[in-house]
Amino acid sequence: MSSITDVLLFMVSCILTNNFIFSRFLGCCPFLGVSSKVETSVSMGLAVTFVMTIASLFCWLIYNFLLIPMGLTYMSTISFILVIAALVQFVEMFLKKSSPTLYSALGIYLPLITTNCAVLGVATLNMNSSYGLLQSVLNGTFSALGFLLAIVLMAGVRERLESSKIPACMKGFPITLVSAGLMAVAFMGFSGLV
Amino acid sequence: MSEKKSLGGVLMNGIVTENPTFRLVLGTCPTLAVTTSALNGLGMGAAATFVLVCSNVAISMLRKFIPDQVRIPAFIVVICTFVTMVQLLMQAFVPALYDSLGMFIPLIVVNCIILARAEAFASKNTPIASAADGLGMGIGFTLALTLMGSIRELIGNGSVFGVNVLGASYEPMLLIVLASGGFLTFGLLLGTFNLIVKKIEQKKTKKEAQAA
Repeated sequence: MSSITDVLLFMVSCILTNNFIFSRFLGCCPFLGVSSKVETSVSMGLAVTFVMTIASLFCWLIYNFLLIPMGLTYMSTISFILVIAALVQFVEMFLKKSSPTLYSALGIYLPLITTNCAVLGVATLNMNSSYGLLQSVLNGTFSALGFLLAIVLMAGVRERLESSKIPACMKGFPITLVSAGLMAVAFMGFSGLV
Repeated sequence: MSEKKSLGGVLMNGIVTENPTFRLVLGTCPTLAVTTSALNGLGMGAAATFVLVCSNVAISMLRKFIPDQVRIPAFIVVICTFVTMVQLLMQAFVPALYDSLGMFIPLIVVNCIILARAEAFASKNTPIASAADGLGMGIGFTLALTLMGSIRELIGNGSVFGVNVLGASYEPMLLIVLASGGFLTFGLLLGTFNLIVKKIEQKKTKKEAQAA
């Protein structure tokens, strides 16, 4: 993370090559659950981006300044999830006061983020790859942007699927998963990029 | 769900009627990510079953002490304790499996099946019924993961549980064990499952119509 080129390369790798949904399978539940309309998927993606960036920062600080010095690294999962739950709660209260429009737009999606494995996943990933502070935060933001891209694309595809003729047994989740599979094939094309 | 339901009924409910993977479509992340081989699927299922049974029992015993407002964080802490236990146990006794499941073991914490069962069942029922529910859901999840793992391993690698089935002349279809194959297999399986359920229901209504 020394030059701007490194940052750009890292961005491409997080958003395209190692896309959270299509190559790491993190955050699939909201990806399948909240991707039926483009507008809601954008709100969900933005909320996740916000939380993942802050969560990366706080989890890194806690891991490096609390857990490592005290020899409590086996407590990482439990402390990360508590940090994330507290953060989500805090973000919710903050938005409610400061920006009611954004709050009502994100409303129901905010509490859902606690159980989004992408958030805990990025914290664990940062810990396992022993990233520095800047790289952890960038990883959080860029990976979340990759999630945003995936969920918005998926919502676009699903809006089209609404009006197409599909065998009855494939309606809903099955056809969504198959389309996601085909999108993952497309994303595999980026694998040689970085 | 009524209290009167027998333990066997609760158990079967998780395995068939409300199979967490195929009927409720919960916990999709581990389903897609770790089912690259049958053994991985089985290992993940077993780990999740252990957590599910233990957390269901613990939460059911604590259900009268946990205030309603803070129940979700309380549930998560209970679940997280058991996940950390599983993580340490697997690291000590099955390091190979631990490595291949990787970061998805800590992620059992945010597996929606476990939190959903805690919220929907364990917080309202007795410890014994909750244990049965956890076991049923766990077995249903394990079966689904093992089935998916077997199919993907068979097509993508020509083997099941590491035993070569299709012979040396089989050209493995690598796509299925890669990321996209997970989505495709799960989607097609889900479709097949829906078709079977529909056929069974049709038969049932036909029979009822004939009986009437």
